[in-house]
Amino acid sequence: MRVVLAEDLFLLRDGLVRMLEAFDFEILAAVETGPELTRALAELEPDVAVVDVRLPPSHTDEGLQCALEARRARPGLPVLVLSQHVEQLYARELLADGNGGIGYLLKDRVFDAEQFIDAVRRVAAGGTAMDPQVISQLLSRRSQDKPMGGLTPREREVMELMAQGRSNAAIAGQLFVTERAVAKHTSNIFGKLGLPVSDDDNRRVLAVLAYLDQGQNGI
Amino acid sequence: MIATKIRSAFLAAVRGLALSVVTLAGSITLFVFTVISLSLIVIGIGLFTTPVVLTALRAYANQRRLFAAKWSDVRIPVPYRPMPADLRSGITGQVERCMLMLKDPATWRDVLWLLSDMTAGFVTAVVPAALFLYPVESLVLAAGLWRAFTEDGAYWYGFVPVDSQATALLALALGCATFAVSLRLTPALMRVHFLLTKSLLAPTSEMTLAQRIDHLTETRHDAVDTSAAELRRIERDLHDGAQARLVAMGMNLGTIEALVEKDPAQAKKLLAMARESSAEALTELRDLVRGIHPPVLAERGLGDAVRALALRLPIETEVTVDLPGRAEAPVESAAYFAVSEVLTNAVKHSGADRVFADMHHADGMLRIAVTDNGQGGAAVGAGSGLSGIERRLGTFDGILAVSSPAGGPTMVTMEIPCELF
Repeated sequence: MRVVLAEDLFLLRDGLVRMLEAFDFEILAAVETGPELTRALAELEPDVAVVDVRLPPSHTDEGLQCALEARRARPGLPVLVLSQHVEQLYARELLADGNGGIGYLLKDRVFDAEQFIDAVRRVAAGGTAMDPQVISQLLSRRSQDKPMGGLTPREREVMELMAQGRSNAAIAGQLFVTERAVAKHTSNIFGKLGLPVSDDDNRRVLAVLAYLDQGQNGI
Repeated sequence: MIATKIRSAFLAAVRGLALSVVTLAGSITLFVFTVISLSLIVIGIGLFTTPVVLTALRAYANQRRLFAAKWSDVRIPVPYRPMPADLRSGITGQVERCMLMLKDPATWRDVLWLLSDMTAGFVTAVVPAALFLYPVESLVLAAGLWRAFTEDGAYWYGFVPVDSQATALLALALGCATFAVSLRLTPALMRVHFLLTKSLLAPTSEMTLAQRIDHLTETRHDAVDTSAAELRRIERDLHDGAQARLVAMGMNLGTIEALVEKDPAQAKKLLAMARESSAEALTELRDLVRGIHPPVLAERGLGDAVRALALRLPIETEVTVDLPGRAEAPVESAAYFAVSEVLTNAVKHSGADRVFADMHHADGMLRIAVTDNGQGGAAVGAGSGLSGIERRLGTFDGILAVSSPAGGPTMVTMEIPCELF
């Protein structure tokens, strides 16, 4: 799988290159500034881009802006955004076009190589990988409203993992239950939340996020 | 058009009349009291009566400032020096208060103003009233009453000697002309009165400067205090948090090094712990950074930082932003933490289920209003978080106003002068 990487800290960039290469990714380019990233994304057509939010020269959210711009030029271009902090605001901007292939993770997640690589693969395949922190922020906010109150603790757990972008199989593995049980939970959740059931992982997450989003606008 | 003109002229005339009474009665009385009280200082009694009289005088002058602003849009700043907060009570305090008030140059300007108010002030107040009412007399004369006045020779109305119906009509014509002039002039003349008031009641440029210096000294003090407290907090957080975790991690790694061949299972367990420590240290550092300079604020500026903040609040928060640029970093930061604190207050104490934050920039002023639909009753006062915000904003010449009647809603308004880039 071909990757373009953008990260301005040399140590982290180097570490990411090594890690990705260890898991058989092909690094097309490892750049350190926003303009370089824009050029690399336009010219190299990677399968997935791993991008730091804050990049030179502006040291603001240049990476995020480049990623969003590249996705406007090439809808559905898989982008995994890494950040020192996670904000719902950014998560929503990334998910706004509804095309999937989006990841937004805390930089800490690279500590767990397996999970991180799993996230990169999921994003490259058009799925989503949302940081648990974003999800728990969203859920804690929503838990005060009625519909979420109707979920059992186990259903909440499933919901959190689902919102991160995990497949039923992965959820089953993590919660030590059968895949059928997870499927049952998910259909219960969709029933309680009044969402149409869908097999598509990506649509599933987007539906959940869109639903969570509604709470913000008081619908 | 003409109706509103007549109305405003009439209002000005009535106010002028009322003021002329006040200037005579109020100013003369106060002047007499002040002089008596000041002369009694020699035998000691004055030390106790003077603060009372001067306080009354200040209230009286402030009332006039209010009228000036309300009636003629003449704004007169208040020049009095603030009383120190640690004023002693009892006799010594009273004497101290008296001396402080006597040392304030504004006091002497007040007394001078009383003199001018009872003379020039009276004239400028009575002229607009007279100008408006004088035409009434011509009407009365023309209506036939001229006969009653003309028994011993002609009755002079202005420069018209009235002794027949014809001259009475001439007087009416003059009255009408006066009325036309008064429509145009009365409000302006009232303004003249207040401008005269302003010339003595407003602080001189020297006093303004002194006030400004006092204010700057005080806010600099606050700024130094808050930044010192902030540094202490950061130091403590680093020391107790991230630093301690990194030390623990180093120790764990040392143990792992020793164990890795003897007891791989135990080493693996410790390794997991070390990783956990590093993650926790990161979390702590992240929180610390958020407390110093929130990342979204650094990356996107005030508008999006408050939006991101609103997303984390447990109650519905609507944010409207109209900022065509970014303010300087310290201003942004102060505004952000002020909004953050106000929002937190609203969540904790107001019992509201909806909050609105509105931010915009106009006329070199950043204006932020935070409104909630809670139970109200918030106040700026000792110990309340709001006075802390007020002090912080004061460093940037910003101000904070709270309107929070019992029963709600609460509205906190903040203004900070700044330019956007």
